Amino acid sequence: MMGDLEVEKHVQFVLSVEKKKDDFESVAMEHIRINGAYWGLTTLDLLGKLGVVDQDEVISWIMKCQDESGGFGGNIGHDPHIMYTLSAVQVLALYDKLDVLDIDKVSSYVSGLQNEDGSFSGDIWGEIDTRFSYIAICCLSILGRLEKLNVQKAVAYIVSCKNMDGGFGCTPGGESHSGQIFCCVAALAITGSLHHIDKDLLGWWLCERQVKSGGLNGRPEKLPDVCYSWWVLSSLIIIDRVHWIDKEKLAAFILNCQDKENGGISDRPEDAVDVFHTFFGVAGLSLLEYPGVKAIDPAYALPVDVVDRIFIGRR
Amino acid sequence: MDSDEDERVPLSERPEWADVKPIPQDDGPNPVVPIAYKDEFRETMDYFRAVYASDERSPRSLGLTAEAIKLNPGNYTVWHFRRLVLEELGTDLHDELDFVNSIAKSNSKNYQIWHHRRWVAERIGIEAASLELEFTKEIFSLDAKNYHAWSHRQWVLQALGGWENELDYCDELLEEDIFNNSAWNQRYFVVTRSPLLGGLEAVREAEVKYAVKAILSNPGNESPWRYLRGLYKGDTHALAHDPEVSSVCLEVLKEKKNFVFALSLLLDLLCYGLQPNEEFSNAVEALRPSNSGPPEVNLKETICSVLETLDPIRSNYWIWRKNNLRPSSEV
Repeated sequence: MMGDLEVEKHVQFVLSVEKKKDDFESVAMEHIRINGAYWGLTTLDLLGKLGVVDQDEVISWIMKCQDESGGFGGNIGHDPHIMYTLSAVQVLALYDKLDVLDIDKVSSYVSGLQNEDGSFSGDIWGEIDTRFSYIAICCLSILGRLEKLNVQKAVAYIVSCKNMDGGFGCTPGGESHSGQIFCCVAALAITGSLHHIDKDLLGWWLCERQVKSGGLNGRPEKLPDVCYSWWVLSSLIIIDRVHWIDKEKLAAFILNCQDKENGGISDRPEDAVDVFHTFFGVAGLSLLEYPGVKAIDPAYALPVDVVDRIFIGRR
Repeated sequence: MDSDEDERVPLSERPEWADVKPIPQDDGPNPVVPIAYKDEFRETMDYFRAVYASDERSPRSLGLTAEAIKLNPGNYTVWHFRRLVLEELGTDLHDELDFVNSIAKSNSKNYQIWHHRRWVAERIGIEAASLELEFTKEIFSLDAKNYHAWSHRQWVLQALGGWENELDYCDELLEEDIFNNSAWNQRYFVVTRSPLLGGLEAVREAEVKYAVKAILSNPGNESPWRYLRGLYKGDTHALAHDPEVSSVCLEVLKEKKNFVFALSLLLDLLCYGLQPNEEFSNAVEALRPSNSGPPEVNLKETICSVLETLDPIRSNYWIWRKNNLRPSSEV
């Protein structure tokens, strides 16, 4: 028998992480606070509790993280990076506050990171990774500025990272990894380019990621981890092959990773919880249509009602 | 260089920092809570913010970024500023590689470290190739599947060279752990991209033998099965008609142990046009669970039914495969 989702306790856990600024863990997280805000606040929204956090405080803090380049840093006074920029945009989207942004400025920052071969750098220092391709495409799609990118080249670069097992790596020839696969599949979905994916081959590779405990791993012969409940599951949903795994066993695995006393979800049963895995656990359950959890969009990683509001509002 | 931790003098008590006014982190509009940050960390970051704000690209700033990185190697802005200082000072970048060495081993999953490492190696140029190959090797001795290290190594090979011993190195890692999917991927990377080997077709025969040997030693190992398929790179006709490939399937099936991947490949071979002889049918028939229903009309359906029962977590996949078999390709 699987236990229930401890909604109230997870809400309290997320709030406690958001509030505490005085212990070492929070200090060590200071530089990615904006990612933490996205994980925590999206978790709250999926659980129907976004209202417990003061919206104005969050938004004014987010806007203070913006650099003059248009990109966002991980916290106030930190350097901009495309990863932090997407988190900022996603959090503003949660609150229906994209209008506080100078959209052209943010999109110019993002589109400026595209390279000649279609790939994206994460920042001015030039690290290249298909994660950044996803981030750029997702971000500009939310902002309604996809046309600022060379989408054709961006897609061609992602396709060049496709492997013989149907999966994708971080750069051409890089090992298939569920996290990178999510990035590539979601980016291809947003750009209407799913025909580049060998869905049956990739679907089989992805469903081979389910291990006996019901959990999913990120690569062959690796341990299962709750975060792959998001990366693998969202990819399977996008390519319409999610029925190939055992969903009940996966839900049971996620629920077994809860700290039932103090809230929060960990990577594996009995490990320490954190806000990252709490988000991916709740998001995974959302994709599994767990009762009481709002539906999340598998490509944008935002609640479906938020995504609908963005795109229906624009039409 | 880490031995001086116990005797650390607070920055506020060091004369060379007397002229700098530290800047605390702005935590945004929230009411200020009494800060009980770990003192050393807080102080270092407060001084870092000060030199960063004044854009002081000096030797002492370089030293300060080293201290800050040791306390938290994930801080993106500290690395960013360190590169600016390195550029300004024209520091010998070999020393910088030593610095990265000193922190990388305990933080080998940190993106910033690898990115920084690449930045340094790129500036040193071709002579960094052997250093970088050696460095990643050391990381693999601790974690042979480290994704960042593999990504770095692939970059080194393509940008700086050093392909000569790469296939041997893959072999070495696979000898240690035949289940290491990263090493299999690297092997595929080498046989498809090395400028020294003449391309996939030139090595196919030898590599098929290599994969077959690995499969026979551990038929439940997903990686060599996928590698074997990859060697034909979409040429399904060649895959289906290479007797080496069908016979490894048969051999594993006859052992009646860990045969899911063998059945799965055989299913694909049949779909690609392999005409099975009686040996195949008998081997598959022998695997049918005793409680299963009446025999299927064709071999492909039988395979799907066996897999549906014996790989229950993916039973929906095998049912889908069965429903998808086209009547026209019946055998």
